[in-house]
Amino acid sequence: MTTFLIARLTFDEALRRKMIWAVLLLSAMFLALYAFGFQILRDDLIEFDQRRGGRPNQVLPYDVQASAMVMLGLYTVNFLAGIMTIFAAVGAIAGEIESGTLHAIIPKPLARWEIIAGKYLGFLAMIAVYLALMVGGVVLISRYIGEYTPPNILRGLLLLILVSTILLSLTMLGSTIFSTMANGVIVFMLYGMAVTGGLVEQIGNALDNDTMVRIGILTSVLVPSDSIWKLASYVVQPSIAVNLIGPNPFGTAAPPSDFAVRYAFVYCATLVVASMLLFRRRDI
Amino acid sequence: MVVERETRREDRTIESLVTVVPAESSPAVETIGLRKVYGGKVAVRDLSLTIAQGEVFGLLGPNGAGKTTTVKMLMGLVRPSAGRAMLLGRPLGDREAKRRIGFLPELFRFHDWLTGEELLDFHGKLYGMSAAERRRRIPEALDLVGLAHRASEPVRSYSKGMQQRAGLAQALLNDPDLIFLDEPTSALDPLGRLEVRSIIQTLRDAGKTVVLNSHLLSEVEMVCDRVAIIHQGQLAALGPIRELIGEDLAVELVVDGERAVAVEVVGRHGTVATVEPVTADRFNIRVAVQDDDAIALMIDDLVRSGVRVYSATPVHATLEQRFFDIVAGDAWERGE
Repeated sequence: MTTFLIARLTFDEALRRKMIWAVLLLSAMFLALYAFGFQILRDDLIEFDQRRGGRPNQVLPYDVQASAMVMLGLYTVNFLAGIMTIFAAVGAIAGEIESGTLHAIIPKPLARWEIIAGKYLGFLAMIAVYLALMVGGVVLISRYIGEYTPPNILRGLLLLILVSTILLSLTMLGSTIFSTMANGVIVFMLYGMAVTGGLVEQIGNALDNDTMVRIGILTSVLVPSDSIWKLASYVVQPSIAVNLIGPNPFGTAAPPSDFAVRYAFVYCATLVVASMLLFRRRDI
Repeated sequence: MVVERETRREDRTIESLVTVVPAESSPAVETIGLRKVYGGKVAVRDLSLTIAQGEVFGLLGPNGAGKTTTVKMLMGLVRPSAGRAMLLGRPLGDREAKRRIGFLPELFRFHDWLTGEELLDFHGKLYGMSAAERRRRIPEALDLVGLAHRASEPVRSYSKGMQQRAGLAQALLNDPDLIFLDEPTSALDPLGRLEVRSIIQTLRDAGKTVVLNSHLLSEVEMVCDRVAIIHQGQLAALGPIRELIGEDLAVELVVDGERAVAVEVVGRHGTVATVEPVTADRFNIRVAVQDDDAIALMIDDLVRSGVRVYSATPVHATLEQRFFDIVAGDAWERGE
């Protein structure tokens, strides 16, 4: 009960932050540009087909082009959601310790872990709403402007929520240990490392370089956000697109297994429990 | 007239807000060897203290003495390094006990984007109060601290003093039996201080236990039944205020006449402490006496001996003096 009360407050508070509105504004601008871009792609294609006398492009079918467009859209959405998650949760605990708002809350009849759980759920709700809106936007634009509907959208959405949840868990844990500022620096470095690590792994695969692959795997053990993103991007592409485009910075032809998803769940749960244990002992 | 009406309104509010505590045998606060060490530095050193239910208890001490750390340990904000404590007969962190405790932190910061009303509603829900209880008590609490007219404005727009009042409303919202007030008047003007004192008196009349943490000695002296003076993390003195101060009575006389005669006569009725000239033939004598009667007899004697008495002012020892004796005396011994 108290957990949901804290969750509600966290959600409401997030909506009051200027940062969130900046992200929402950027997101709206992005969707507008994205719709415009998809329209151009579609127009070009029709014009191209007419010039070829109605014979469709066999080398690069339209579905592959549209799918690549969806992929770009989701990549951006994933990135924006990640940034928003980190910014929103970076001071979840540290900020409240610094400002002193916890002084009147901890003595109330509630356990400290409920504060962590409540905040976690509040941010999770914010992430889920944001991603549902943005993924919905990308898919609707693709469907009605691009006349292309990507497969497995719901599964893709859930995986994208998992990506941001991984970052949320990391940020919350950091927030129970470090100051807001230090936590921001550390989490962004880890996030950057995860993205780069994913790239290094792919390049390593292409060059058959074991060391690079190992570095990639190590980073995805430390921060599994990028491997879940790869899985998300894989499931929302038709197999023809995956095979034609092959490995690229935005997706992969060799997706992580279901084990990666299970690992991500265990990872999040472990970090949340660790946050609760650390916060329990923390002097305010 | 206006003042009178205001007071009456407040009294009604207080009565409906504060319910009388049924008598209970366990102490309100009990600490046994409570200790806190911050990275090698001892903040609170084996504090053992018992506060009975219904007491208004003052925690005194210079800055950094360990008062706030003590309260923070009792409120679950800081983990004790050793020792244990019970609140209302239950161990620290007990949910049932927490429901009956109110706390105004020294650092009173809230989610200031909420309005005063929303803030209290949130804290009421944290206390586990029902919707009906909240609907009834929130306007009363806001009225009690004088914030009713600003209830629908965000706390951010409040002055520092008003935020402290909101904090007090938050601490009293659940009709607690045990209330911790950490420097409750630090941001208030003299009128606000007076109001807080009257609130504490009402709480005392209802049988509530109040632990007041303050560096304003006069404030503590006015409202507290017992005080503990904490110095360097240790209990330096503990007892009823009257006992701590002592019953010593002194009187300061301004007289005119033969100096030797005056001093001799005064000496018959008490112990002369100081004699200081005020003008050429008028001087000031400070003398310790047994009781009020000694003062009257002394003045009679002085007049009969031809000494003119211009004024006689009884001087009670104050908590402040006692406080300085303990705190400064100790600093002196350590050569500070």
